[in-house]
Amino acid sequence: MSRGEKPTNLGLADDVLARAVRAGASEAEVLVMTDDSQLTRFANSEIHQNVAESNVAVNLRFVHGRRMATASTGRTDDKGLAALVERAAAIARTVEELEDWGGLPGPDPGSATSGLAAAYSTATAEASPELRAEGVRAVIAAADDKGVLAYGSFSTSREGMAVANSTGIRVSEERTAAQLLTVHMSPDGGTGYAERAATDVTNIDPAGIGREAADRARATDHAISVPPGDYPVILEPYAVVDILDMLGYVGFSALAVQEGRSFMEPGRRVGSGLVTIVDDAANQSGLPMSFDYEGVRKQPVTLIERGVCRDVVYDAQTAARAGRRSTGHGLPAPNSYGPFPLNMVMTKGTKTREELIGGMERGLLVTRFHYTNPVHPKLAIITGMTRDGTFLIEGGQVVAPVKNLRFTQSYLDALAGVSAVSRDLRTLRGSFGAVVVPMLRIDSWTFTGATEH
Amino acid sequence: MRDLTERALDTATQQGASYADVRIVRRLDESVSVKSGRVEGVATGESEGFGVRVLVDGAWGFASSHHLGLDEADRVAGLAVRIARASATALRTRVELDGRPPAQGRYETPVEEDPFAIPLERKIGDLLAADRAAGAVKGVAFTESMYGAQREEKTFADTDGSYTEQRITHVGGAVEANAIEGDDHQRRSYPDSGGGWGAAGYEYIRGLDLAGHAERYAEESVALLTAPQCPSGRSTIVLDPSQLYLQVHESCGHPTELDRVYGTEASYAGTSFLTTDKLTDGFRYGSDLVTIVADATAPQGMGTFGWDDEGVAAQSVPLIQNGSLSGYLTSRETAPRIGRQSGGAMRADGWNRIPLIRMTNINLLPVEGMSLDDIVADTDDGLYLATNRSWSIDDRRLNFQFATEIAWDIKGGKRGQMYKNPTYTGITYEFWRSCDAVGDSSSYVMRGTPNCGKGEPSQGAHVGHGVSGARFRDVQIGVGKW
Repeated sequence: MSRGEKPTNLGLADDVLARAVRAGASEAEVLVMTDDSQLTRFANSEIHQNVAESNVAVNLRFVHGRRMATASTGRTDDKGLAALVERAAAIARTVEELEDWGGLPGPDPGSATSGLAAAYSTATAEASPELRAEGVRAVIAAADDKGVLAYGSFSTSREGMAVANSTGIRVSEERTAAQLLTVHMSPDGGTGYAERAATDVTNIDPAGIGREAADRARATDHAISVPPGDYPVILEPYAVVDILDMLGYVGFSALAVQEGRSFMEPGRRVGSGLVTIVDDAANQSGLPMSFDYEGVRKQPVTLIERGVCRDVVYDAQTAARAGRRSTGHGLPAPNSYGPFPLNMVMTKGTKTREELIGGMERGLLVTRFHYTNPVHPKLAIITGMTRDGTFLIEGGQVVAPVKNLRFTQSYLDALAGVSAVSRDLRTLRGSFGAVVVPMLRIDSWTFTGATEH
Repeated sequence: MRDLTERALDTATQQGASYADVRIVRRLDESVSVKSGRVEGVATGESEGFGVRVLVDGAWGFASSHHLGLDEADRVAGLAVRIARASATALRTRVELDGRPPAQGRYETPVEEDPFAIPLERKIGDLLAADRAAGAVKGVAFTESMYGAQREEKTFADTDGSYTEQRITHVGGAVEANAIEGDDHQRRSYPDSGGGWGAAGYEYIRGLDLAGHAERYAEESVALLTAPQCPSGRSTIVLDPSQLYLQVHESCGHPTELDRVYGTEASYAGTSFLTTDKLTDGFRYGSDLVTIVADATAPQGMGTFGWDDEGVAAQSVPLIQNGSLSGYLTSRETAPRIGRQSGGAMRADGWNRIPLIRMTNINLLPVEGMSLDDIVADTDDGLYLATNRSWSIDDRRLNFQFATEIAWDIKGGKRGQMYKNPTYTGITYEFWRSCDAVGDSSSYVMRGTPNCGKGEPSQGAHVGHGVSGARFRDVQIGVGKW
């Protein structure tokens, strides 16, 4: 590296690792994350916020025997890095020993040390404010055509990640992501949502997203009220995302199992035979990722197979407790959540959208959920609202838009009630990662309240 | 810092900005987490950088960087201007700011014991004592305790001549006990499910007396396993401050954010059932007992500061007066649209985020006359609910549903039977109109919410809520199938 040249993420990780070892660490791990991200936000069919960010974070896990400390910094100059190591070492001298410390993970023999090519797109990495503004104008034009207003965001990001540890892990990856989402709102009360996420921004069609949201907004004009109660439902992919997100949050983590707060038990049936959920970070339909935040190569994990619980995801610490290898699902340390499935994929079915709707005698079509939260995590009972496109189906046809409803529903019971799955999948961003999901038809969903719009 | 702020502002102006501001932020974080009697994580973090916000051709642009340098100030200011010009290609109304006077000065959170100067051993020791006291109770499956501190050093300058420096310090702590049997998982958290948080030093943590409360809360977590399910139906409810603060947050704080009213959060967090004409008309939000202010000067509040992130001085803004809507949380851009000056509610989550309208300290003012105990004694038949467990509210902030960790029935003015899995639901203005008692200042406490989410890219905010407890009539309780 020449004087003044910016170090690579892996070079920076190596530098900090060497400093930690010199400071007396018996084990050390350095995670470097860089982020160049931009987001253009629009409302009332005009851009109202437009931001760019260049960021770096260096996380150091400093281990002294069985004493472990974590420190992080955004300062990458010599003084900042020296202070980072000094702080971590001081904490490690102070804390108690971890009796079940399993050690940092080691390298996977033969495993690649660089990222997946499919995780990176030059077009996304180089996306300009003008490109995003052009996309937003296309979304707004689609809204104008239907006489509605557009509200949403168009983001592009390039993220770098490198991990180096004292057991020999040295990996690095660059990834990109783009996301366009919009809510269109009609003067007659209708609202409609549409979204796409992709590694390559050129795979996002702003005009198409704008048309989808505008059509849905107009279709929900003059919504009628239906009473709360139990209804069969068809969930659009935007709503299905929430089921996977929540199940990941309350149940798919090895830590949740080890603490007795997860519903997951190998062999337990929780879903219908149509439900298979895997975490597969190499799936190129999603937003691929090669290794986790501990530098461990990501393994595909079957979480639910034809309705039956199979496995959960592990990081190094939960794997050590269980006497097995990490599946590559560690998050940046320290975290109280434990490992997390960031790349869930739900297996597709055989039905077209028209067949799903056509096969329902009476029920509700739900576009999206809003502000969901666990009421009882172990039973996966979740409450939340519908939003941006809820419709009544009668005789196999959408007959009317309906005002939004509150539900209080066990997502496990929902999986058990899955009676049909769409053959098309959609890539979306969840709360915690990327997900690839179909539409679902579910025999019963409990709505417990209503609102005014 | 002045050389960097001046450079950024000069560059932005030279390249065409009609207004620019720059914030340099250095943030220190520290956390200790203990689980089942062992220290699981001790972490410190340091982040610094600067963000430049500009107005060009009536449109906003913002850029930021972690690298503090004059050349980088030029690059970031130039990028912000370029971004603003791109924004202007999809603009229908030019941004106009109110004309507040330039801000000058320095503010620091009053701190008796600097949390970053307290030896780590002591902080760990205090937490372990609490955690072990909870874990010693028979039947507890696992315990979790935490301590956190954050310090933000912030310099703000703008092309109107403002230059301010602030040092904000927040601390928090909690102890939590979990009891599990089969599919039943019950939890009790002290002082709140997210911890007790305030703008203060370590004296705040000592004042919580985590160890002194741990055993009782742990015993309650175990007792909940065999407690009956919360009944369903309509009931009078009394909300403890540990639940009421979040009710205020979700159903009064967020709806009164004026950017929501204007739709700029529509695609993410949602809008509001409130409209600007409701302000003119004095919309009946609640009963006469309901008076709520946004007070950025309240002691120990996490929404307390010297100036907001537009350089507007901290102030107390009435939002609801004796039940009538009387104000909004505003910015320099939105306040003129309702004929007012900014109330100083623009806050950014660090150097790399643009300021948004956020809550400060949204306080339900106490009503002298009845203590919280008096309210219970005055209730013939009802439920007393404490400690938030989950929350949800629709995208216009009308239909809400909350779960609390615990409830007790009230019969003849006395608390009795404990219930598990309590829930209640309602419509915001119907609920607040049903409020027929608010506790006096004897139970008034400042609670903190360190995880209020809003915006894209997402921003967290530290906000405060002063509450004393209150009673509501004819509320739907016990929602859903169990």
